[in-house]
Amino acid sequence: MNPVHMRVENLTMAYGDHVIQRDLNFAINQGDVFIIMGGSGCGKSTLLRHLIGLQQPAAGEIYFQQHGFWQASEQDRLAMTRRMGVLYQSGALFSSLTLAENIALPIAEFTALQEKEIAELVSFKLALVGLAGFENYYPSEISGGMQKRAGLARAMALDPEILLFDEPSAGLDPISARLLDDLIIQLSEALRTTIVVVTHELASIFAIGANSVFLDAESKTMLATGAPSHLLHKSDNPKIIQFLTRGEQTR
Amino acid sequence: MNDSAAQSQQQATGEVHLHQLDGVLRIEFIGDWTQSARIKDKPDVSVILQRSVAMQKVRFETDQLHCWDSRLPAYLMPLLKALQTQKINVDTGNLPSGVQALLALAMAVPERGDTGKASQPVGLLSQLGISVISTIANAKLLLTFIGETQIAFWQFFRGRARVRAADFFLCLQAAGPEALPIVTLISLLVGLILAFVGAIQLALFGAQIFIADLVGLGTVREMGALMTAVIMSGRTGAAYAAQLGTMQVNQEIDAIKTMGISATEFLVLPRISALVLMMPLLCLYANVIGILGGALVTVSAFDVSLIQYFNETVKAVHLPDFMIGLFKSAVFALLIATAGCMRGMQCGRSASAVGDATTAAVVDSIVYIVIADSVITLICDQLGI
Ligand SMILES: Nc1ncnc2c1ncn2[C@@H]1O[C@H](COP(=O)(O)OP(=O)(O)OP(=O)(O)O)[C@@H](O)[C@H]1O
Ligand SMILES: [Mg+2]
Repeated sequence: MNPVHMRVENLTMAYGDHVIQRDLNFAINQGDVFIIMGGSGCGKSTLLRHLIGLQQPAAGEIYFQQHGFWQASEQDRLAMTRRMGVLYQSGALFSSLTLAENIALPIAEFTALQEKEIAELVSFKLALVGLAGFENYYPSEISGGMQKRAGLARAMALDPEILLFDEPSAGLDPISARLLDDLIIQLSEALRTTIVVVTHELASIFAIGANSVFLDAESKTMLATGAPSHLLHKSDNPKIIQFLTRGEQTR
Repeated sequence: MNDSAAQSQQQATGEVHLHQLDGVLRIEFIGDWTQSARIKDKPDVSVILQRSVAMQKVRFETDQLHCWDSRLPAYLMPLLKALQTQKINVDTGNLPSGVQALLALAMAVPERGDTGKASQPVGLLSQLGISVISTIANAKLLLTFIGETQIAFWQFFRGRARVRAADFFLCLQAAGPEALPIVTLISLLVGLILAFVGAIQLALFGAQIFIADLVGLGTVREMGALMTAVIMSGRTGAAYAAQLGTMQVNQEIDAIKTMGISATEFLVLPRISALVLMMPLLCLYANVIGILGGALVTVSAFDVSLIQYFNETVKAVHLPDFMIGLFKSAVFALLIATAGCMRGMQCGRSASAVGDATTAAVVDSIVYIVIADSVITLICDQLGI
């Protein structure tokens, strides 16, 4: 078993007084592809925002290796977030910068590399996601799927230890979605990166997930955690079975 | 990447050595090859290429490589490509398996040759040419926009346009009552200034009473319309450009078009008509406040009674003066709303494009206002009104 990379302990998430999820407990292991699943509106994106440190837990703590995220000082927290890369649901590329400038921005900000070397790194990252030669394009000039991949290249700019994705394959055709899944797996294997993915796509869940957590909107807590295929075969919770079989068992 | 990378912070250094042995060029990577490491004297791709052409065989050695991240494959990729095109035998077997996998992934998709986006420096002459062409294109866009707007108004008067009453009233509200405080402040101050400027000269002749003429005519014919126009171009014209520009960025305008609704009728029509209806009213209000401002100065500082000031104003300012001011104001409103809406509708698809559109809208409308004002003033002078 790989060592634990991130651990969530007794996490309660809320917007104001409105509790979204409570008592979440799970661990994300080093090098795994970890899946966050659950119905629409159950708080998956919110959980991701907590993992990145954009939002403070109402209760509980998130541990990054041994270090409590919210017990740390502001500066240590920033250092921790710098070790994560995020691909947002909508790409979130800076629309007034070219793809090359988008990817070069964090590199120029946090390393002392020369311009020529940054350009080399940028070309390499774009080549990794299959966008070689698109350095001088603006985000509005490429397709949605290409924007997702460019977002992935930017998320990987600083070689993060953890990559987090919010619905990477949403809005892509099945073939592009599959290619993106493959890309994620290949990258995680080559770079030994831990990957956290929010997704509804059953194909992705079973294809790439090594571990997972299942959130439920009604009971406002997690129903299970474990390998997706294990959940499908061993779980006796009808909600999980229904989700993982697209509701076909109850028809 | 490796755990050690995080610990061996700033001091990490890396090197690359070239050895020639038994007809093989050995490229040896040593130490840390991470983004935070300092790497000394990396030979250029061309240097390695030159030496490897003589050897015809290249091998990588990584026995003393401590840790790496994507900096290593990023350095290797252009080199490998160059070696490939020279058909030189390369042995990558000694590279870490992760690096090999990444390189395979990065080189799997060939670079798109047809992207046609190489950024080349542009000469002075071509710059001139490009700006002339873009000016002509802009003029065409302006004409198109004006034409579309006229068609939309025509449809509206035939009762065929799709305008939501609620939108129109919101625009009226924003272009009228909400602008009252700032219009009050500015026109009061302009009235004060006019009175002071005139008073210094007129008091020399003991002709303070004529301050009323100066302020009355100046405000009603010129300053009332001009100042409201400047305020409204910064307030409403900019807002129009920003609103429509943001809708353009979010593809909301595309959505409206695909519903079969004319974006010009739906978005531009209510905005232009709201401003054209409200600005003359604001101008009228500004005239009154401006005259009050003048009265404030004259009565308090220059020994003229309020009644005298009022009578003098009534004697000096006639109905045609008011009409000219109001007419100007309506023209300015049309120009401001057109500039704002046009820049918004033609906005690009990025955050900075919205900023550019807003700036351009304000600059355009102020230029249009001043030009229109001069033309109208000249015509009035010729006609003797
Ligand atoms: N900024 C916010 N303020 C208040 N409530 C919010 C906010 N953002 C989300 N919520 C609420 O939190 C709940 C969870 O939202 P979240 O975006 O995390 O869902 P999700 O699981 O990602 O859904 P989806 O799969 O549709 O993206 C929703 O009920 C939503 O109404
Ligand atoms: Mg979401």
